[in-house]
Amino acid sequence: MTQKNRLPEGGRIDRTRPLGFLFNGRRYTGFAGDTLASALLANDVHFVGRSFKYHRKRGILGSGAEEPNALVQLELGGRTEPNARATQVDLYEGLIASSQNCWPTLEADLGAANSLLSRIYPAGFYYKTFMWPPSFWMTYERFIRRAAGLGRPPREPDPDRYEKAWRHCDVLVVGAGPAGIAAALAAGRSGARVILVDEQAELGGSLLSRKGAIDGAPATHWLDTALGELRSLPEVMVLPRTTAYGYYDHNMIGLIERIGDHRGGSNGGVPRQRLWHVRAKQVVLATGAIERPLVFSDNDRPGILLASAIETYVNRYAVAAGRRGVIVTGNDTGYGAALALAGAGTAVTVVDLRTEPTGPQHETARARGMEILAGHTVARTFGNGRVTGVEVMPMTADGEGVVGSGRRIECDLVGMSGGWSPTVHLYSQSGGKLRYDEALAAFVPGNFRSGQHLAGAVRGSFGLGAALSEGFAAGAAAAEAAGFRAAAAPVPAVEGYEPAPQRMLWVLPSSKPLGHGGKNFVDFQNDVTAADLKLAVREGYRSVEHVKRYTTTGMGTDQGKTSNINALAILSETVGAAIPAVGTTTFRPPYTPVTVGAFASRDLGDLLDPIRRTPTHGWAEKVGAPFENVGQWKRTWYFPKAGETMHAAVNREVKAARTSIGIVDASTLGKIDIQGPDAVKLLNWVYTNAWDNLAIGRSRYGLMLDENGMVFDDGVTTRIGENHYHMTTTTSGAPRVLAWMEEWLQCEWPHYRVFLTSVTEQWATIGVAGPNARKLISELTQDIALEDESFPFMSMKEGHVAGIPARVFRISFTGELSYEINVPTSYGLALWQALMTAGEKYEITPYGTEAMHVLRAEKGYIIVGQDTDGTVTPGDLGMDWIVSKKKPDFLGKRSLARADTRRDDRKHLVGLLTQNPSEAIPEGAQIVGELKPRPPMKMLGHVTSSYYSPNVGRSIALALIEGGRARIGQELHAALPDRNIRVTVTEPRFFDLEGTRVNG
Amino acid sequence: MVEPYLRQSALVHRGLSRAAAGAMSGAGIVLSERPFRAMVNLRGEASDAGFLSAVRAAAGVELPLQPNTTQRAAPVTALWLGPDEWLITAPAGEERVLVPALRASFGERHAAVIDLTESRTVIAVSGAHARDLLAKGCTLDLHPRAFPVGACAQTGLARAGALLHLVDEAPTFEITILRSFADYMWVWLADAAQEYGVALRTE
Repeated sequence: MTQKNRLPEGGRIDRTRPLGFLFNGRRYTGFAGDTLASALLANDVHFVGRSFKYHRKRGILGSGAEEPNALVQLELGGRTEPNARATQVDLYEGLIASSQNCWPTLEADLGAANSLLSRIYPAGFYYKTFMWPPSFWMTYERFIRRAAGLGRPPREPDPDRYEKAWRHCDVLVVGAGPAGIAAALAAGRSGARVILVDEQAELGGSLLSRKGAIDGAPATHWLDTALGELRSLPEVMVLPRTTAYGYYDHNMIGLIERIGDHRGGSNGGVPRQRLWHVRAKQVVLATGAIERPLVFSDNDRPGILLASAIETYVNRYAVAAGRRGVIVTGNDTGYGAALALAGAGTAVTVVDLRTEPTGPQHETARARGMEILAGHTVARTFGNGRVTGVEVMPMTADGEGVVGSGRRIECDLVGMSGGWSPTVHLYSQSGGKLRYDEALAAFVPGNFRSGQHLAGAVRGSFGLGAALSEGFAAGAAAAEAAGFRAAAAPVPAVEGYEPAPQRMLWVLPSSKPLGHGGKNFVDFQNDVTAADLKLAVREGYRSVEHVKRYTTTGMGTDQGKTSNINALAILSETVGAAIPAVGTTTFRPPYTPVTVGAFASRDLGDLLDPIRRTPTHGWAEKVGAPFENVGQWKRTWYFPKAGETMHAAVNREVKAARTSIGIVDASTLGKIDIQGPDAVKLLNWVYTNAWDNLAIGRSRYGLMLDENGMVFDDGVTTRIGENHYHMTTTTSGAPRVLAWMEEWLQCEWPHYRVFLTSVTEQWATIGVAGPNARKLISELTQDIALEDESFPFMSMKEGHVAGIPARVFRISFTGELSYEINVPTSYGLALWQALMTAGEKYEITPYGTEAMHVLRAEKGYIIVGQDTDGTVTPGDLGMDWIVSKKKPDFLGKRSLARADTRRDDRKHLVGLLTQNPSEAIPEGAQIVGELKPRPPMKMLGHVTSSYYSPNVGRSIALALIEGGRARIGQELHAALPDRNIRVTVTEPRFFDLEGTRVNG
Repeated sequence: MVEPYLRQSALVHRGLSRAAAGAMSGAGIVLSERPFRAMVNLRGEASDAGFLSAVRAAAGVELPLQPNTTQRAAPVTALWLGPDEWLITAPAGEERVLVPALRASFGERHAAVIDLTESRTVIAVSGAHARDLLAKGCTLDLHPRAFPVGACAQTGLARAGALLHLVDEAPTFEITILRSFADYMWVWLADAAQEYGVALRTE
């Protein structure tokens, strides 16, 4: 394919590097330095998409972030990305893109029939039509989405790598046009840490698009020198292809850097994109301005562009996007496009809304003999697709009507300039308030926020001279505010665009009433016309926020960058209120869409959340044991032998612990070291029972309550010295318990002399349970006497096991004779293996969390968080025995005296036995007294724990049941979706009711 | 005494000794585990001169009183963790000397000595891109002006809590992390370092 619109010379593209790409299945060629949009225009491809609602033919409108029309589906498979702005896609070899919102093809789109029905698709069409009945919305929505969708999301995993990182700096400069570069220079020269970001591949902003001179040389010479100096400053980081997408509190800015997009994705370890969270001491916004389209009849045909875009395509990309051009403008900047086109050999007519045009570029055009029609309007456009002509007419003096007859001008390119809107998005996101400037017909920043500086067009200071002087000043001020000495820099002399008076007409007049014979588009992406806005007002909408939502203006992925100001000006005219009184809608992040993958980065798969490993993790992995998540820990669930089901494995493990020896890795149990003379006072506060008389070397079980009297943790605490205690907590409750005690110590009892330290990971804890436990351990220790007299239940001894220094606790979560051996964590596996080897003759059996749960449920021992849920008191659990009546106070005590916590009919923990002994009730099953054919039924409570117990020889369950203790002996029902199970209420314990097994 | 070969570092399963053989040259990041370092947590009153001199007498190091700083008296380092909390580190095995010495030195004084040697391991991140790597998981400013050699901080790294300590100009950061998180942190660091080129090394 030839690039018929490519100019033989000029531009910033590299003609030695041609790049092939596919668009809608056809092969084209562009050059390095092109965007997809400039490459398409070089090949004279204007028609690139269908509009959202009417499926009208649309072409490239702009040259940057503002683009509402040229949204393409980029790439295929897992890499595919919807709604990519062709104006911001850097061209690369092999790029594949296609149009969106058309079927079966762009040219033969069936949805275009909507255009014929446009009379029945007015503003608010969806709201009016699909309102009733409300339950039908789900049905409607599916069809609407199919008909009016944009691009398609990827269906496959994204193969690219994404990174995210935090960064700090003294001065962040957003925008590398002349103002931003000047600011970065001024700040960088002071030694401050500076980050300069720009969303484009090449830095320079308007210097790349407009002809201008600085210090008597082409502006690009100054640009090259300035960028060279910036790159030489060690503390200056320059990030091209990086969009500042969000401005958050305290100068936190979100950046998205496109590292590999222009190479087609990530490459090895180099990511496709990097998300930066920047915390800047000072921010300089030099974000420039965006040109506004003009609103005239059928202003949306392919070939009608923003004037500044036409100028950019000529000067930066060496593309003259047509052979015969018409520029319609209300200001002097539109002449830049006219002069650029003329320089490229394109014949141009300028339609100037002003009756007496002025301005330096206007003068140049006039001097060159360009046809200029002052005081004229474009009444309508022609073409079936690509624009083929315009009708121009003289306007009345007030610009509200036309006089005389129209003249048709044949053309294939139209540029429009409705003035400039400062790019105040980031400023507004930061909380800045806008002020309407009548002369500029634009909203400009209205106040200066602390830590923030503005320079150039974003302030409404148009022109190269203002950009440079304000840029240097802002950069210096920012550096000074960050604590650096910034020397005054000489501001270079400039020659280039300078502002001149403009004329604003928000809707161009025509010989026909608005909306007749053509559509005057305001929002190109969402297909909102001037007539739609006026209709909304007639229907009673006044607030800009309501009109926005009703008409959907400004609600596309472009967030109305080209449409918002036109829309609210038309609204203001229609309701007869001044523009400032109408106000603007809210600017929200992101400035342009950000790939979700960049937010996720590597927080995926195994790195989504930390996996915490116990000392026996690798051993369990090798024997093929599956793991269970307990908080972030992986705990061994059960240890299946070859071919064994989970049920069989758990039954075997549970039996072994009651007939010989079971062994379990309990290292995840929370452990807190408590030291200090007031340690016992703290224990008396946080536990419900009394701790004053615990002897050194003895252990005690305790329950912890929150302020509401609800159980929130339990565990065994051991006194290991005069003022020294070793507390254990539940696995998942460990951080919460430590934080809870620290909070009370720091906020309520700062005078207590107690230090708390987590020692969870200092000790590997191996539980050894079963009738042969004592025999086995006695074979592995010489310095710990294990007889009952010297080492009774609920006590601790220090010594060595298998030669490893150990603290051995005689405590039991199984009800069996049981020891928990604590050794230094790095010896945890060595201890485990020593026990396994020495225990072979006892058929020692490793067990996992499932068997542990069955064993404790047989005994009726609770698991906090499983049998309790934050609404359960000790009384509800039948554990009043552990609540001290004598202690003057403890945390939660007062709440236990409330009428509600003293009710008899609270939910109590009880046991449930099924009629069929081999059937286990699913955990969570609802228990009802009276069965009905279908819900609702009165629910009495639910099953908290349920297992098959081989030791009891039947299934067992624990449940929280309303007034449960009074129901013991009653028959109730577990109501399940597919069946009901008849159950009998029992005491919540099922095995070894006398409690003698713990003695061995 | 127990055989030392039975002692297992937190990352032993990663087979670092094998990985070291294939270490690439010119890598932007070198990762290694520095296991078994003696780590003793101290709690006490910074305003109590007797406490400070007791530490000096027993451990031979001054406790740093400026937040997020360290004091080194080779081979012992004291790291500031909080207004009343420090970490004393020393070569492997030294905890068996340090803990009783500090306890004896404090006598009846209200101060706590907690051996945390077994709780944690150290992953060293070294190389030209060490700061860039850590910035992917840490919100702190690690620029040399803000975080010079000798600085330390308890902070979040990726999704785990960590103690960072910049030990030299390479730069080398020592990341002290709970043992159970070591594998997660190792995998995270190795993956995040890919773009810089990564070498694994045994100490």
